[in-house]
Amino acid sequence: MSNTAPLDVASVNGTGGSGGITEAYTSLPGWARWMITAALGILVLSIVEEFAGTSLLTSDVTSSAMLRWSIPILLAGLGGLFSERSGVVNIGLEGMMILGTWAGAWGALEFGSPWWGLLTGFIGGALGGLLHAIATVQFGVDQIVSGVAINILAPGLARYLSERVFGEMQGGSVSQSPRVRSAGSFTIPGVSDVLETIKDWGIFFISDVASVLLGFVTDMRWFTLLALLIVPLSAFVLTRTKFGLRVRICGENPSAGESLGVGIYRHKYVAVMISGALAGLAGAYIVIELSGLYRGGQTVGRGFIGLAALIFGNWRAVGILVGSLLFSYPFGLALIDFDASGSGVATRALLLVIAIALYATAVYLWRTGGDDAPPPEIDAAAYDTPTSSYMKMVATLGGKGGGLTLLAFGLGTVALVWYLLTESAAAWLPNTMPYVLVLLVLVFAAQRLRPPKAAGVPYRRGDH
Amino acid sequence: MNTGLLRRVGLAVAAPLVSAAIAILISAIVLELSGSDAVETFRTMIENGTKLESMIDMLNRATPLYLSAIAAAIGFRMNLFNIGVEGQYILAAFVAAVVGAELDLWAPLHVAAIMLTAMLVGAAWSGLAGLLKVTRGVNEVISTIMLNFIAVGGLVAGLLPKFIDDPTATNQGTTPIAESGRLPDLNSWVEVFTREITKGRQLTGVFVVAIIVGIIYHVVINRSRLGFDIRASGMNPTAARAGGVPPKRMIMLAMVGGGLVAGLVGMPEILSDTNAYDQGFVQGLGFAGIAVALLGRNTALGMAFAALLFGFLDSSAAVLQVSNLASSEIVVIMQATILLVAVIAYEVVNRIRQRDEVKRAAQLVEASA
Repeated sequence: MSNTAPLDVASVNGTGGSGGITEAYTSLPGWARWMITAALGILVLSIVEEFAGTSLLTSDVTSSAMLRWSIPILLAGLGGLFSERSGVVNIGLEGMMILGTWAGAWGALEFGSPWWGLLTGFIGGALGGLLHAIATVQFGVDQIVSGVAINILAPGLARYLSERVFGEMQGGSVSQSPRVRSAGSFTIPGVSDVLETIKDWGIFFISDVASVLLGFVTDMRWFTLLALLIVPLSAFVLTRTKFGLRVRICGENPSAGESLGVGIYRHKYVAVMISGALAGLAGAYIVIELSGLYRGGQTVGRGFIGLAALIFGNWRAVGILVGSLLFSYPFGLALIDFDASGSGVATRALLLVIAIALYATAVYLWRTGGDDAPPPEIDAAAYDTPTSSYMKMVATLGGKGGGLTLLAFGLGTVALVWYLLTESAAAWLPNTMPYVLVLLVLVFAAQRLRPPKAAGVPYRRGDH
Repeated sequence: MNTGLLRRVGLAVAAPLVSAAIAILISAIVLELSGSDAVETFRTMIENGTKLESMIDMLNRATPLYLSAIAAAIGFRMNLFNIGVEGQYILAAFVAAVVGAELDLWAPLHVAAIMLTAMLVGAAWSGLAGLLKVTRGVNEVISTIMLNFIAVGGLVAGLLPKFIDDPTATNQGTTPIAESGRLPDLNSWVEVFTREITKGRQLTGVFVVAIIVGIIYHVVINRSRLGFDIRASGMNPTAARAGGVPPKRMIMLAMVGGGLVAGLVGMPEILSDTNAYDQGFVQGLGFAGIAVALLGRNTALGMAFAALLFGFLDSSAAVLQVSNLASSEIVVIMQATILLVAVIAYEVVNRIRQRDEVKRAAQLVEASA
């Protein structure tokens, strides 16, 4: 049960110091390491703010937006967690999320309450999950093929239904529903005031931490709280209950499970339906709390980013939460940044943050010798062709730490030069940043991961 | 013996037929539930589909779908899920349109230069995902999806404003490619066999390119060492590796090969239709191509039929919209249902086949004993 070491600025700073600090850091429990990581992350953001002439990086509006936009990614990631822990890869999360957006909007409008919308979104997603389970568990269809098919079916179905249903509603149109009410928000009174005061002191770093926390506790949506509660709940169900143990055995060694009398099909069905339901919940959240209405194409790949958060979080609930916060940060920042005047300045500053993170990664890889283990799935024995010998060269360039050190250094330099040569970021940059961030994280951190052993492998009763 | 053969042929044909029937049934139910006349809708679709002009439209729509399907199938053949055709062809078409407008060459060379540019851009973008997989083990499904968003929402959206020809136009696009960089249509060839094609319909010259690519795909996959290695890597990676097939090289080859073909997907628009990349550039062909590849079971002929079927359905969507019989979105539901039912049907047939094999082997053992 080893925890993933987060591969970003903080872990790098933490492990880059003397041996004693490294040991002390790695011996801490997971949540404490994430806290230290977060604090160091905010420290870097505070420093960058001094240089880049912006205060948005650690402002409470930014952290509040980050939290809100992270919820769909979080829920999709948790959906992926249940499915993949039961051994079923779920590429169809995006499609199930789309079903959730339509169903959520419909329920909220039909029954006049956002809570109903949440429930119908949940059910809509679960139906998508059921479809995936029938195809993959019952009929043994390749899991990615089925997921792709669902991703093609869902947008078409949602468009058809929206044309039929929302097109006839007042204030709605063929591709858009009427406005949907939010479920409201709350502020923790005492905490919020204290943080506000500390924030107003304007002390370097301390006030920035307070400001970030202030964004979390002020005007928190009820649905956000609900979604955050699903994180410990998922972790508890999967690791502390009989049901969770059985789901995990489906994903690790289904034959062994069957021999112990575990109903493999039944548990896979339930897990994949929970997966779809959580994705549907994510869709309903987008409609009710983020957009305020249903609109075609509004999920923009969040289901896939959820999958990336699942990988980043090493198939653990808390890791998924951290991943979704990290991936939603550029979304949230851009939203605030391009709304205010002087747009693009803070997003440009993010380039400097990325440059620092990449340089720190390069230093870390150089100091520790990097991770020389061959990438998963592919054997390293294939270094006998022109292409692969070239790759071997790339991989071993620079000696200790490998080509990865150079890559981190090179990309860091690109980000730095980009930062230095521009005054503000172009509007398209923030739209791509989350996706680039996902790729960077996977490139530099993909090797420490441990996916469920039987994920992606079709299982047939009695087949060994 | 003869009944065995009959059974096997029957099984091969059964899957597509049964899935088509189920898909028609499901869409009929959806149509009736939403208050449309299902019989009338299907009759209109078929009536329209048998007109010459509609057939030309169907072929025009099937052409990029077929190319997109082959691009995806190259990876699928070795269990490499290249979901990135979408981003690859859009980026490729954009760069090709910009480069093509700059060039001034002898016509065949000009067209060739545009196609080559598109293929190289497609290959580079797809090769990036391959490189990430072989060097860092990044799952190609995730990386190609991220690269789709980076290409379409980032690179193309960011660069298009710099190459706008007429800023006052409602549908802003790149400078149109000169006459020499356009592919002639095939109307005169078709008209040899049929009557005159009216309504200004033109069969795109890229249709021929698609057929050539289909033939090359078939020959390479089924008749070459490379194709054998690709199929072997897909069926049993461990055995293939033991047999001396380098997995990393195969991954790179499949990704780059898929990207080369993906680059061609946008060519009907660039070489025949609008001759420029504009804001209305057709999107979604990459995902539709995946559906066509899965439906056609990654074979050259199967994908051709699937592309024609999807082309026919797409083409009837427009008619449904005009006739006001049913929402045109029913066509997308039909496509997705056919796909989903078909992949299940293929799997069921596969299981029946395996059971037959076991039975036959048992009978043989019994007979010899």
